[in-house]
Amino acid sequence: MHQATVVWTVFAKDVRVEWRNRETLALMCVFGLLLVFLFNFTLETTHEEALRTLPVVLWVTFAFVGILGFNRSFAAERENSCLEGMMLAPVDPGAIYLGKMLANFLFLAVAEVVVVIVASVWYNFSFVAALGWFVLIAFFGTLGYVAVGTIFGAIAANTRMREVMLPVLQFPVAVPIFIGAIEATGGALRGDAPGQFANWLKLLVAFSIVFVVLSYLLFEYVLEE
Amino acid sequence: MPPAASRTDRALELRDVSKYFGEFAALRKLRFRVAPRDSVFVYGPNGAGKTTLLRMLASLALPTEGHVFFGEQDLHQDPTEGKSAIGFVSHATFLYGDLTGRENLRFAGRLFGLRELEKRIDAALEMFAVRDRADQPVRDLSRGLQQRMSLARAFLHDPDFLLLDEPFTGLDTVSAENLRALLARLPEQGKAVVFSTHDFDQGASIARRLLAMEKGFVRYDGPLASAPLEQLRIKPKGGPA
Repeated sequence: MHQATVVWTVFAKDVRVEWRNRETLALMCVFGLLLVFLFNFTLETTHEEALRTLPVVLWVTFAFVGILGFNRSFAAERENSCLEGMMLAPVDPGAIYLGKMLANFLFLAVAEVVVVIVASVWYNFSFVAALGWFVLIAFFGTLGYVAVGTIFGAIAANTRMREVMLPVLQFPVAVPIFIGAIEATGGALRGDAPGQFANWLKLLVAFSIVFVVLSYLLFEYVLEE
Repeated sequence: MPPAASRTDRALELRDVSKYFGEFAALRKLRFRVAPRDSVFVYGPNGAGKTTLLRMLASLALPTEGHVFFGEQDLHQDPTEGKSAIGFVSHATFLYGDLTGRENLRFAGRLFGLRELEKRIDAALEMFAVRDRADQPVRDLSRGLQQRMSLARAFLHDPDFLLLDEPFTGLDTVSAENLRALLARLPEQGKAVVFSTHDFDQGASIARRLLAMEKGFVRYDGPLASAPLEQLRIKPKGGPA
């Protein structure tokens, strides 16, 4: 019971801090829109080409937008050693991790919704036909990516070149997530039969679950001095 | 906060603890025991290992060698009970600048799973005379007020062991005197206090026991009244060494 309270308390604290300054989410949305605009500007595409490039554009955008969020998430914890303050409490470090991960998931999901809406306008592409599959793929892709991003955000927070270190550490580990997400998104947006991209979706789901569980278990060691 | 009897007869103890940062030894084979109702003044020059010692007792730092015990429980293997019994004030305030003091205390209280939280928060704020500033974002408070808020956070769960690293930093004269009086009273309330300060006279007016450190070693651990101050090269301002 206390475990769930801790997860909720950490999540609610992160949302409240973000609500107070409204910096991270605004930054993530603006950066996402800039990236989609740049891709749209440089890759002038027909509808058929859009089907091929849009999954890559979206997931590369989500990846960079996520990096901003993960860096900011632990910047607040570094100030006044707040992460240490949490560690003074008799709580499972995994619960702290889950709380922070859920908050990062929420912020990235909101930024993704904004990016997808704008991308559908700029690419003149409707997501409606594939919305159910797309939401499912985006959910697990975001979950897996946020799971990795949150734990590496905590690791990078204790390094000197933290802003640079985070993508360098995190992207190689997140590669299976992006491969699965891009391939599954491509299949869904093309309107393929679900059986044709089901294996990619299964890969995505499996890696997401593995990353969440592993990160939950390992977070304790990340926090140790 | 109402005075409470000590909930534990267990001691907090370092057994042969060493801590290395690379080649640098911050603590060397340290043996140190804090019993309930102890009042220990940790004194020494910069780099003596005072902060590392307090962080180790607070379970924030892992020993390179040796163990930290709460009773017979290894504090790092099974930290739950130990952490509930410890309150720690460090150089950092552990407070979120964007949240108000009250929100920070509420957050800490929920992590500790405290009941009657709002009552406890009000009592802790009252104890350090920061209740009237509790609804301002911590970022807008002065260093001294932030320090008082940090003290309120450490006392919130009514811990049996108070570990305070330079707790007088940033406090004005009145607040420092109030804190001094509060720390001096804690052993009567069944609580142990271990603190460091560079002002020897201030520390000596609170504690009964002195732990003098230098370069990671303990130079003296015993009653303050019989400490060989001259031998320890300590010169109190208030009297001859």
